[in-house]
Amino acid sequence: MNAQLAAAFATLPNYLSQHVLLSLSSMALGAGVSLPLAIWAARRPRLRWPLLAATSLVQTIPALALLALFYPLLLALSGATQNLLGASVPSLGFLPALLALALYAMLPIVRATISSIAGIEPAITEAADAVGMTSSQRLWRVELPLAAPSIVGGFRTAMVWTIGAATLATPVGQVSLGNYIFSGLQTENWVFVLFGCAASVAVALVADQLLALVETGAARRDWKRIFVGAGGFVLAALAALAPAAHATRGAYVIGAKNFSEQYILADLMALRLQAAGLSSEKREGLGSAVVFRALAANDIDVYVDYSGTLWTSLMHRTDNPPREKMLAELRDWLKRTSGVVMLGAVGFENNYALAMKRERARQLGVTTLVDLARVAPQLTFGTDLEFQSRPEWKSLREAYELRFRAIKSYNPTFMYRALDDGQADVITAFSSDGRILAQNLVTLDDPKNAFPHYDAIVLIAQKRADDAKLRAALQPFVGAIDLARMRRANLEVDRDQEKLTPRAAAEKLGREAGLLK
Amino acid sequence: MIELLGVSVAYDGAPRPAVRDVSLAIPAGEFVALVGPSGSGKTSLLKTINRLIAPTSGVIRIEDRDAAEFPTHELRRRIGYVFQGVGLFPHMSVRENIAITPSLLGWPREQIVARVDAVFDLIALPRDYLDRAPAALSGGERQRVAVARALAAEPRIVIMDEPFGALDPVTRDALGQAYRALHERMGLTTVMVTHDTQEAALLADRIVVLRDGAVVADDTPRAMLSGAHPEATGLFDTPRRQAAAIADLAR
Repeated sequence: MNAQLAAAFATLPNYLSQHVLLSLSSMALGAGVSLPLAIWAARRPRLRWPLLAATSLVQTIPALALLALFYPLLLALSGATQNLLGASVPSLGFLPALLALALYAMLPIVRATISSIAGIEPAITEAADAVGMTSSQRLWRVELPLAAPSIVGGFRTAMVWTIGAATLATPVGQVSLGNYIFSGLQTENWVFVLFGCAASVAVALVADQLLALVETGAARRDWKRIFVGAGGFVLAALAALAPAAHATRGAYVIGAKNFSEQYILADLMALRLQAAGLSSEKREGLGSAVVFRALAANDIDVYVDYSGTLWTSLMHRTDNPPREKMLAELRDWLKRTSGVVMLGAVGFENNYALAMKRERARQLGVTTLVDLARVAPQLTFGTDLEFQSRPEWKSLREAYELRFRAIKSYNPTFMYRALDDGQADVITAFSSDGRILAQNLVTLDDPKNAFPHYDAIVLIAQKRADDAKLRAALQPFVGAIDLARMRRANLEVDRDQEKLTPRAAAEKLGREAGLLK
Repeated sequence: MIELLGVSVAYDGAPRPAVRDVSLAIPAGEFVALVGPSGSGKTSLLKTINRLIAPTSGVIRIEDRDAAEFPTHELRRRIGYVFQGVGLFPHMSVRENIAITPSLLGWPREQIVARVDAVFDLIALPRDYLDRAPAALSGGERQRVAVARALAAEPRIVIMDEPFGALDPVTRDALGQAYRALHERMGLTTVMVTHDTQEAALLADRIVVLRDGAVVADDTPRAMLSGAHPEATGLFDTPRRQAAAIADLAR
């Protein structure tokens, strides 16, 4: 079997069980809230509209945004409960995903329940009253049995949506089948992307077909059909969940942002911990802003960030001191404000740098950002998704008075493609990116020092600050990996041929750097 | 025995009340037809008897007790109700439909089974219909089942709103006659709303004519047809003329 496919299958039991657990829990919560609400509102025309409007509104929020919104919300709640009760709710992972997906599941259930109960023929409800049913007898003996097929239909729709949307839980730190899709997208591993899509579609189809049996069974009062559908659903769910029951949670949680280098370094840290006899689990694909807050909130224990990112985005500094001074100030600031420990610099920098195709740069006579500013009005600038909202862009733009013809933002992978096929002339590259080598790009000099240094640094959460075992396992990272090695490892994951998985690249890098035997 | 004392019904937003100060005494065993043009308030008045509509003012006494004293569901379990919409529960078999009120009343199982069989025999349908779904029945058959359902809990009072209105003339006549026979046999008190004065004249002991929510005439069918009540004459012209024409033809 193809090595990529084998790697994908190896993690399937874990991803699938987490995905199914999340989907089912969200459905249970969503249905548990929306069914009573909808039944209540079905009898009260004045409440129907506000409830339908509210659930429809939730539905118009993109699922990814809704998931992302719950993170800061829970973070605030987490802070509040920490102050009030001395214990905090987790703000990353399962809980935000659960809440967002449960909200998302509400509309189909609410709509189906309200419309099917309100749509029952008036003659039948009148007869129910006239034969002497109480309000609850009418509900249980007449309205719910008649509405049942439609309500199950609403469940079906909600279930399919939830299973699909659960793939988006990955960026808030919840493992799901989306892990294949997000990591595949970042590392241009299309086998992973397709595998993740196919797995999620298969789960949705199985759930849909089994619930369809329940729905038609309810419509035809065919108990055997209902039993087969519901029983099949429960069995399939149990089978998918089985690995979760055996799964041992890792003792340490390693975070990673959403690009190849981060996946490789997270895997390498996991391997180091494993070698030291420590178990761990990874939360990959986290947003750049999410990941630090997760560390500060002790939701993750360790990850690698970049000094310049924290310097500009969190410390809001615009000055640009020498490397060592910056690291020293950053170390103090982290300790003081959030108790986060900076273990040290890994040895390479992953600077922001503007890159162009070598040929194109020569044609235009561009070697520095000063040269670029001269020709920028004719050029299209391609950035990653967050660059335009980062302070570095502001200082860069002001320092060189850059004005481009157009600015487009891309997922990092597609950004390099855009440069390659001419949709963009200049991009925001990362100095450690292997594609700079592979695509024969030049990075432009920054004579005015508008970009700070971006030393890769290992950060440890406050609660692990005094954990000697963890520190001992990770201390060797300091100074261990130089730029050339990191670039090569990144390229091995990003390239099209002889592609390695992040874990394989991490093993290789670890051996080369003397971090693994 | 049903007594209505000064009953009025006014709907929110309607320009005038649907029922205005109606008083009627209906002795046990009587078959009363409420007739009148559309919008005369006959259905509203009928529904105050089992409180599907609560009167805005006035008192309804059922067997010497104020109907407002009963919880509405208990009152309704004691009054059979048949209406044009039929309202058989589509998710229940014919048997379950007929058994509904006895089961709501908590009758023992054997008693319910026996009673369903007994009332089903009254409506002259084949036994195997008991396990069919209402959707598998014709309109007339459904209406028969509705009558059986109304009678299942042994009510003393049955109220009917255009019960046979949607049926063809032959079925309609047959069902009307059959019901009248049941009324006699079971000693029921029946109040029936109909817009068909001929049906009223043929089935009822007494006809109450409503116009604009008020009683304008209240007498026997014979008196109505003889023209004793000028206020109601228009309503009975047609059946009287048709009866005379048919009598001529038959001679």
